[in-house]
Amino acid sequence: MIDRADLWIVMVLLGLGTYVIRFSFLGLLGNRPLPEWLVRSLRYTAVAVMPALVAPAVLWPAATGGQMDPARLAAAGATVLVGYVTRSMMAAIFAGGVVLYGLLWALGG
Amino acid sequence: MHPTGRSFLRGVTDAAPFLIVIVPFAMLFGVLAAEADLDLFEIVAFSVTVFAGASQFAALALLQENAPVLVILATALAVNLRMMMYSVALAPHFGAAPVGVRAVMAYFLIDQSFALSLAEFDKRPALSMAEKLAYFFGVVAPIVPMWMASTVAGAVMGQAIPPEFALDFAVPITFLAMTAPMIRTAAHGVAGVVSVGLVLALGWMPYGTGLLVAAAVGMASGALVEVWTGRRRAAA
Repeated sequence: MIDRADLWIVMVLLGLGTYVIRFSFLGLLGNRPLPEWLVRSLRYTAVAVMPALVAPAVLWPAATGGQMDPARLAAAGATVLVGYVTRSMMAAIFAGGVVLYGLLWALGG
Repeated sequence: MHPTGRSFLRGVTDAAPFLIVIVPFAMLFGVLAAEADLDLFEIVAFSVTVFAGASQFAALALLQENAPVLVILATALAVNLRMMMYSVALAPHFGAAPVGVRAVMAYFLIDQSFALSLAEFDKRPALSMAEKLAYFFGVVAPIVPMWMASTVAGAVMGQAIPPEFALDFAVPITFLAMTAPMIRTAAHGVAGVVSVGLVLALGWMPYGTGLLVAAAVGMASGALVEVWTGRRRAAA
């Protein structure tokens, strides 16, 4: 059960923090030049944060009690491969879904 | 039609295909939040205050693990840090707009409004600022109401989805599908691989705090590789 106080604190502060991130340069700092290392690092936030966020769930899914699951592993692999090759998020989701359901059905029955 | 009206409509039509992704993504948040026992008001409040899907999933998962609030905030904000880059990239186009307008834009600065706007301004450099503004809000116009409505729909459907549908894996697949097309250079690849490798190695750290270390090192590795490859290209 999620603690209600935690929930609301997270909602409000995450909302505020996210807004500050969005407003930062657009709203306040305008055209002021940024240090190059900062701009360069920011380019890699998405590719560094997003896959790392889900990697543990890919290898050790909670749904299987943390046991490695061939269907989920293969689905993740297919998603990355198809997304990389086609550059299309939709195609990647579709490929991942087909492999996941296909293998869950074939392996689990 | 007035050029700003035309710009606005172009934004709407360019954004429309993204609804195919946004509707199920928002519904999924509604479903998972309902399964975590949030009531409808809390779910809608979450989507309205934060309005950044990926970080909402991350925060929701950590809340369910009863992680410390500071860890939840740091992780979810790390997910949203990419928006600082969006803010940097759009600043030169809208720097002259009234601050009130920019304050409203900031709330609506999401993956799609950033990516589509930048592509449009690249393609049509002659656009006036009014037209650029119209395009940005045109992109947002169909996405925001559909995001909110789909969240509610998912929340109402709630626990009706049986475990055989393996919904636990919808978020990993969506996140990987969002990132894979962003891997355009060796530097992007290295940033991702280093970060994933480290997060797995640091799995012993509590509440996924290893992610913060892994992401920081991953970002730095990407930046380093960019410097190296740039230098090699300059020398060649």
